[in-house]
Amino acid sequence: MTDVAATSTGQAAPPPVGAARRPPGYTLTGAVTWGGLWVFVGGLLLAVASVLLASLTTQLADGWLPRGYTTRWYTQSWTTFGLGRLLVTTVEVGVAVVAVTLAVALPTAYVLARLTFPGRRLLLLLFLVPQVVPVMTYAVPLATLVYRLRLNDTLAGIVLVNLVPAIPFAVLVLLPFVEQVDPRIEQAARVCGATNRRVFVHILGPLLVPGLLAAGVLTLVRVVGQFELTFLVSGPDSQTLVVALYGAAVQAGELASQEINAMATVYMATTLTLLLVALRVVDPTAVAARDGRSSR
Amino acid sequence: MSASGPSGDHLLRWRDRARRRGVTPTVWLVVPGALFMVVFFVYPVCYGVGLSFQGTQGWSSAYRDFFADRLVNNHGSRRSILITLELALAASVVNVVLAVPIAYRMRGRVRAKRALIAVVLVPMTLGTVFVASAMKEFLGPSGWLNRALLGIGAIEQPLPLVGNVTGVLLSLVFTGLPFAFLLMVGYTSGIDPGLDKAAAVCGARPAQRFWLVTFPLLLPGMTITFCLSFVLAFGVFPSATLVGNDAGPTRVLSKVAYTEYSYGHYPTASAAAVVMAVVQLAVLGLVLSARGLLHRGPTTGGKG
Amino acid sequence: MTGRGCGGALRIDALRREFGSFTALEGLELDVPAGEFVALLGPSGCGKSTALNLLAGLLDPTTGTISLDGRRIDRLPPEQRGIAMVFQNYALFPHLTVADNIAFGLRMRGCPKPERAERVRRALDLVRLRAQADRYPRQLSGGQQQRVAIARAVVVEPRLVLMDEPLSNLDASLRLDLRTEIRALHQQLSLTTIYVTHDQTEALSLADRLVVLRDGAVQQVGTPAEVYERPANAFVAGFVGYRNSLPGTLTGGVFDAGDLVLRVGGYGTDRPAPGPAVAMIRPEDLLLVREPAAGSGNEVPLDVRVCEYQGRGFAIEGSGPGGQLLHCRSDRSFRPGERAVAVVAPDRVRLFARPQTETPTPDRALPVDGQPS
Ligand SMILES: Nc1ncnc2c1ncn2[C@@H]1O[C@H](COP(=O)(O)OP(=O)(O)O)[C@@H](O)[C@H]1O
Ligand SMILES: [Mg+2]
Repeated sequence: MTDVAATSTGQAAPPPVGAARRPPGYTLTGAVTWGGLWVFVGGLLLAVASVLLASLTTQLADGWLPRGYTTRWYTQSWTTFGLGRLLVTTVEVGVAVVAVTLAVALPTAYVLARLTFPGRRLLLLLFLVPQVVPVMTYAVPLATLVYRLRLNDTLAGIVLVNLVPAIPFAVLVLLPFVEQVDPRIEQAARVCGATNRRVFVHILGPLLVPGLLAAGVLTLVRVVGQFELTFLVSGPDSQTLVVALYGAAVQAGELASQEINAMATVYMATTLTLLLVALRVVDPTAVAARDGRSSR
Repeated sequence: MSASGPSGDHLLRWRDRARRRGVTPTVWLVVPGALFMVVFFVYPVCYGVGLSFQGTQGWSSAYRDFFADRLVNNHGSRRSILITLELALAASVVNVVLAVPIAYRMRGRVRAKRALIAVVLVPMTLGTVFVASAMKEFLGPSGWLNRALLGIGAIEQPLPLVGNVTGVLLSLVFTGLPFAFLLMVGYTSGIDPGLDKAAAVCGARPAQRFWLVTFPLLLPGMTITFCLSFVLAFGVFPSATLVGNDAGPTRVLSKVAYTEYSYGHYPTASAAAVVMAVVQLAVLGLVLSARGLLHRGPTTGGKG
Repeated sequence: MTGRGCGGALRIDALRREFGSFTALEGLELDVPAGEFVALLGPSGCGKSTALNLLAGLLDPTTGTISLDGRRIDRLPPEQRGIAMVFQNYALFPHLTVADNIAFGLRMRGCPKPERAERVRRALDLVRLRAQADRYPRQLSGGQQQRVAIARAVVVEPRLVLMDEPLSNLDASLRLDLRTEIRALHQQLSLTTIYVTHDQTEALSLADRLVVLRDGAVQQVGTPAEVYERPANAFVAGFVGYRNSLPGTLTGGVFDAGDLVLRVGGYGTDRPAPGPAVAMIRPEDLLLVREPAAGSGNEVPLDVRVCEYQGRGFAIEGSGPGGQLLHCRSDRSFRPGERAVAVVAPDRVRLFARPQTETPTPDRALPVDGQPS
């Protein structure tokens, strides 16, 4: 058996002294990976650029670039679609949903992370299932419910339906953050004489700020981009930017395409601002790995 | 609530038992969240299932209408199941297959990693509606892509990238890949880099290290990523409507449900939604049980 | 596992590694005959792991060569070097059973299946883990996991085994057991081994030869006895248990540390030239008594500050006449504040030259003492 070890290491006999070199770091799989990545990034940038250019075109041309540039489509689409109103609605919905979501999700996540009690697994399931059920499955009956409550085409209705996916999502984002806070810190505070409320305000609150920020920002991004649910309950008086964008894009034949692209650009600017804010606050890879213990 | 008397004693004892099982006053903090989910998620889902059995002609008429293609516009709702499945499966396979190698190469220190991650995140933030309308502009017959291909003489006619499955698939990949990538970056960085070194010292070549050590450790993460990508792609309809052709080749299930709903046909809309849920959960169940067959034993990342 | 030596002869020449402008390892020279057990000893951050990773091929050297059995291996990727390594955090493959973990290296070397099973079985017997063969690593205790890692390394009968602080994640008693086991294993298999540790007792008890490192530079190479009894400089002495160090001046047979004068003797050959020097004394050689017997050696008055019970005696910390902190031993206890006398024989005081610059630490580029014989 020594022979095998000897021969197998012998097979890997290095080239003569001094001539041995490591193989180069470029491999076929590497090229394919990086190529794929660049195709993705390039396609994305080109697609965004074509929307941006189209919104600035005076006249549809058959060349690569437009013949002339103008910003008049922006003023025009501002009035046609009431972009100001749409932006206000979008912000209102976003802020309301984030506020309610955090207020409800934090205590829930705390209890689920810290305490064991009968029915805990069932509760966890209750917050996991909305992530794997198609939105339409609950959106359709939820929208009928909203109609019955006469909340359709109101801000309250939109906020209500958006809370349904937002709360369980925020609970799942917050869970690892709460788990990271060593329970002994809380016990130490209790031993020092702090009441429950004080532990929450003075100890847990500050320690959970990163988690709350992460959950809040991610929820906001999702609400602003949330289409299917909002679409079902919104009416002419209560639309968010995405829903109006979809509505405009669907009737593309009847509107000037520059106008639609101007609106798309406004939408893009809004979401990208959000993304920039989000990246300042959240490390995306740390949140993506839900089993946060392994990544931190 | 007096503590004296037999009923008070009983209450005390009951409370004591509850406390011993872990029901402390803090547990009640969970009530608002749980109550909300029951009222606005569980109840609507149950209500929807109930509604789907209240068709105009008997309890199963909504489903019979669905499977006999007797819905609004009559575009073939049975075929929609296949179309949706194909699109979602293809998109999530592409997403995972692309996300794994990219994330794997990102595990070490890579130049401009943060910037790259930020760029990749953009389409996820933009959402399906924007990406679909941008794709329509970009991939259309007079879009830049076709123009470039015509210009270099690679094609004679503009490629039909819009109005069919290709366009929808592309826009699903553009919105779904960032999410898959993000998840996979988390999973790959959760694997102890020491394991790769250990395998190298044991005599494994780079390819063997990937397939024998990293890949099996990534498999659970890949399964989860596949499932979540599938969930995302399965329910989307803006891309199918804007880039595809929802009157036929890309009429997805959520569009079917929405159309029925917008015509006020609640039972059939609910039936379509229930069919969606059943199909989706069946796929998830299959994938997860296949993973169980493939791979037994502990799978958590490299802990020392 | 046949008992006959199958390790290779290792030769390291001027091995150097820089990280940017920082030199983590400079000019390591080492000649290891087949079957020898060499320990790299030094404090944390002195470049031990760097040296080991260079040998394993996990890092590329800046300059220098490594050869095994006369063949250059320093440009080969790790998988072609025919070595094995035991990691501090075990680095067991969590998705493979104990048996499959051990078989991994054999699989990579294309060892046929029946022989593989046989060798894995023997390796499992060697580390006494036969019953755990089908468990997964996380179902094992830390000591068991590290034994699996050792089995995984030795089963391929590598020409060189590298161990990077394999015991430092284990608790004290387990560490002792496994240390003995590693020693026994080496006596049985005679594999050439480079063992990295920051624990001097571990290095002294395991190794055939020690290499003491500091800030990437070799301080001394020698057998455990040589290093323990004749440390090459004040740093090595401090590392192998000379806890008391007194700066002063050497003139003739007398060492003058200001308020404290010591007669010195013995070790005639390696006493430094007269001039600035450091005197170093082991606590075991500094005995604390109430009344010194006449002519027992140097007598140092001491104010006791702390007295610890240590089973076979007492460890006492106190301050000398010039306020120097001194550690000594006694077989009886003292109260804090008590005055007593510490006694040390002249031949138990080790002297080292003190560099003129007022750094009590010796120069980095001290010549390597005790060339390998
Ligand atoms: N990849 C690296 N980049 C920069 N400095 C490093 C790197 N690896 C190690 N070092 C430095 O080299 C020195 C030696 O490290 P190491 O060999 O790990 O020490 P140890 O003796 O504790 O194993 C340390 O000061 C460390 O900071
Ligand atoms: Mg180290």
